[in-house]
Amino acid sequence: MIFPFVWRLMPGPVWLRVLLLLMLIAAIVAVLFQWVFPWVTTTFNIQDQSVEAVP
Amino acid sequence: MPASVDVPTQPDRSRPGAPEPSRAPARAGIGTRLVSLVGELLILAGALLGLYVVWELFYTDVIAGKEQDQVLESLDWAYDATAPITADAAQDTGPATIPTEARMSPDTAPVMDEPAFLTTFATLYVPRWGTDYVKPVSEGVDRQQVLDVLGIGHYPGTGMPGALGNFAISAHRTTYAKPFNRIAELQQGDALVVQTKDAWYVYRVTDHLIVDPHQVEVIAPQPGEIGAEPTGHYITLTSCHPMFSAAQRYIVHGELEYWAPTGDGVPPEILEEIPQP
Repeated sequence: MIFPFVWRLMPGPVWLRVLLLLMLIAAIVAVLFQWVFPWVTTTFNIQDQSVEAVP
Repeated sequence: MPASVDVPTQPDRSRPGAPEPSRAPARAGIGTRLVSLVGELLILAGALLGLYVVWELFYTDVIAGKEQDQVLESLDWAYDATAPITADAAQDTGPATIPTEARMSPDTAPVMDEPAFLTTFATLYVPRWGTDYVKPVSEGVDRQQVLDVLGIGHYPGTGMPGALGNFAISAHRTTYAKPFNRIAELQQGDALVVQTKDAWYVYRVTDHLIVDPHQVEVIAPQPGEIGAEPTGHYITLTSCHPMFSAAQRYIVHGELEYWAPTGDGVPPEILEEIPQP
């Protein structure tokens, strides 16, 4: 459903579609690494190493 | 329909122009299509979670490690423990060490003023973690601006190095270049050496404990006693516990043994080789 749809959306021959897909994946990963994941880790406080407040 | 379900990294297996696999009827039923959609969403969710793990466990180390190395290089006064000792025939003994008579009593230790937020004002050397261990210490314990980037953070309002009171610092135990990764290996008597622009401070580990995040008395001027007047020159390291969790905090306390002005060599403690696991 989603994957065939994305595949159909790509123009050109197979090699071009593969290239475009790889670029698309790279772009998505870059956005996740740069903005989404840093936001997730601080917002949901998955790791914390400080005691809560300064006495 | 499941035959056409594929992960994005292997798109070449789907057939362009033939979205419905030949095995399926020309128009798949709504149930089949729903199941296939759910399957695809699950694959995407799995890929997303996998990517998050890769990011958290590896990528943050790479980025924060680079940043911290750059910060260290920008400190022209800091002793660079990572520099390879040159095999110069005339001086293959390494850097000069502070003579015993130059060791000053904690009571006379100079204490710098608390710097502005984000300022890197000290370096930490821990021979138990290797003679090449050196990390910058910066002001503040904000995660996004200090701990995730600059490494070790100093709790604002707690003592500065050498102060009568408690020099309290915090850092990640895992991820973001994990400055305190091996905090649980510290043993009583281990040296914790802090360098500022003007002085060396050699602390000795006294004890460790595991507390809940709300137990802020561990960074009180007199550790463990909120409101009490400090009776010693302490250092406190805090990090998360257990590893990869935010449930508790691992705390290490230490006390100042001596201090010495910079310029007369390095404390012999930081050159001491301790067998690494």
